[in-house]
Amino acid sequence: MRKRKTSAWRSAAAVCALLLTAAGCGSGGGDDKGGHAPDKLGKGEGKVNIIAWAGYAEDGSNDPKVDWVHPFEKKTGCQVNTKTAGTSDEMVSLMKTGQYDTVSASGDATLRLIASGDAAPVNTKLVPNYKDIFPALKQQPFNSKDGRMYGIPHGRGANLLMYRTDKVKPAPDSWRAVFDDSARYSGHVTAYDSPIYIADAALYLMRAKPSLGIKNPYALDQKQLDAAVSLLKKQHKAVGEYWSDYQKEITAFKGGDSVIGTTWQVIANLTKAEKAPVKTVLPKEGATGWSDTWMVSAKAEHPNCAYKWLDWIVSPKVNAQVAEYFGEAPANRKACAETSDPNHCAIFHADDEKYFQRVHFWTTPIKECLDGRKDATCTDYAQWTRAWTEVKG
Amino acid sequence: MPAAPTSGSRLRLTALLAPPLLWLTLAYLGSLAILLLSAFWATDSFTSDVVHTWNTDNFHELLTTPVYRTIALRTLSIAAAVTVIDALLALPMAFCMARVAGRRWRRPLLVAVLTPLWAGYLVKAYAWRVMLGEDGVVGAALAPFGLHGPGYGTTAVVIVLAYLWLPYMILPVYAALERLPERMLEASADLGAGAWRTLRSVVLPAVRPAVLAGSVFTFSLSLGDYLTVQIVGGKTQLLGNVIASQVTLDLPMAAALSAVPVVLIVCYLAAVRRAGALDSL
Repeated sequence: MRKRKTSAWRSAAAVCALLLTAAGCGSGGGDDKGGHAPDKLGKGEGKVNIIAWAGYAEDGSNDPKVDWVHPFEKKTGCQVNTKTAGTSDEMVSLMKTGQYDTVSASGDATLRLIASGDAAPVNTKLVPNYKDIFPALKQQPFNSKDGRMYGIPHGRGANLLMYRTDKVKPAPDSWRAVFDDSARYSGHVTAYDSPIYIADAALYLMRAKPSLGIKNPYALDQKQLDAAVSLLKKQHKAVGEYWSDYQKEITAFKGGDSVIGTTWQVIANLTKAEKAPVKTVLPKEGATGWSDTWMVSAKAEHPNCAYKWLDWIVSPKVNAQVAEYFGEAPANRKACAETSDPNHCAIFHADDEKYFQRVHFWTTPIKECLDGRKDATCTDYAQWTRAWTEVKG
Repeated sequence: MPAAPTSGSRLRLTALLAPPLLWLTLAYLGSLAILLLSAFWATDSFTSDVVHTWNTDNFHELLTTPVYRTIALRTLSIAAAVTVIDALLALPMAFCMARVAGRRWRRPLLVAVLTPLWAGYLVKAYAWRVMLGEDGVVGAALAPFGLHGPGYGTTAVVIVLAYLWLPYMILPVYAALERLPERMLEASADLGAGAWRTLRSVVLPAVRPAVLAGSVFTFSLSLGDYLTVQIVGGKTQLLGNVIASQVTLDLPMAAALSAVPVVLIVCYLAAVRRAGALDSL
């Protein structure tokens, strides 16, 4: 009896050891983090796996009139598999699996993907449409490193304030409505469910509490982060629910469960299409926002098709279609001539750098203060994540 | 007394049992072991890459940060509330099905209880989201009485989870009640006991193990749930949600967090075992 027991333990130990070695194998990595950009392209591999924001890779299944995936498949022979991601964090973790070729990453994910070596530098010469991208989007701190581009800019937009016109009066023009005045809509305020939303509170504090000295909502030292967190905790009392899934926000605004909160223009458009009385506004404090970049995985199995997709998605006509469907400023200058609404680029301030100076694009918070302060240590994304769990309590 | 197995039959038995045992140890328990192991690793705060350096920081943080305690306690009380509600609902329902309704009605009633199990989980949760919403059925039904629906939040989570797991409680209780010999009830009546006395002294002791067995389902399923909370929970945060949000950013911390429900379940099972509910399994 005793002997049998030991042998069972021994085999259990052997299994554990086996599992440990198997688990350890994945961590080996070379020095050339991120791989290399190709010098020339070959034939398409017949397939491309992409991670996209909802609305970025429409194949007609949401609306038969909105389809730029099938024309791409027909033209290039590359079958598109789309995985829609809800948050930047999800995009980062999906890219780590190595099963995807390209991703429409926002500025709060790009640097993380570059630093972890999951995204490869992009040879912009192999993307003919790159030359027509607005210069203000090229070589930005959130899409390049050491002078090398890590993707193709896709478009940009602001995180706007949305409200029900029948329930929120007078019309708000400041983020104060969801922070210091949030008690007025208690139980019906909504906010974006991600640690990066802390920047929205910091942005409001830049104006509301200048004594804190916040210069950049993504560069917060401990004191400034604490102030943002206590503001968010106050807001938490009035929040009905947090959203990260855009469908959830649409139904909440449609049913009146949410009456005021942050949104993207595409969500506002879809909510209006469902006959809900909503409006959006860019508050006077400005807003946080996103500038998206199509990046290529360092482990891409279908790099040729991925490059074809990069060139396709920023080609004037398709970029115009996406920009209009999603409600954002296109990245391609020539797209402005292709939009069905000739004023689209004017409405979304595509080339209006003054406007986008009011928009603080998502950037990953890091220890070295992004606002250039040398005498302070800033809080990084891990700290923001923990703070966010605490805000939600 | 059965004959001692010959070496041939022993070989066959080994061949028969080897694949499932291998599956159990490697795939089933192995994945759990890996998960618990990764709780002792760290995460690069910038790239979210797992760093394979052995440490216990995650557990230290788990035990010292008040917010995790709050969330664990909230999860525990919701699971307990769901279990109690399901037990209170299942007892009379199962009693009706097994004892009051005629033999002809038993099967249709059983099917009625089982039908919701065949519908998708998400469909049911979203149906409740629509019903509990600001302009939903629940609010409209309560309005004439001057009452307000619960809206989205902890109450909604308890209601929906209790709804989702109710069949798992009814089925074992029904089975126990059906097995209860008619003679025992008659004997109780012959000895002069009323309906209440019979219920208390005969029926309840007989179904207690079944209720406890059902409670293992309702309790453990509620502890691990995170979708219902996402759909009708409003701003409520449970263990499952925190784990889900950490998995993408900080896998080791998520692993440490998921040790909490595992520990809670083990404690619960130990308690239930002492009460004798697992003897009949």
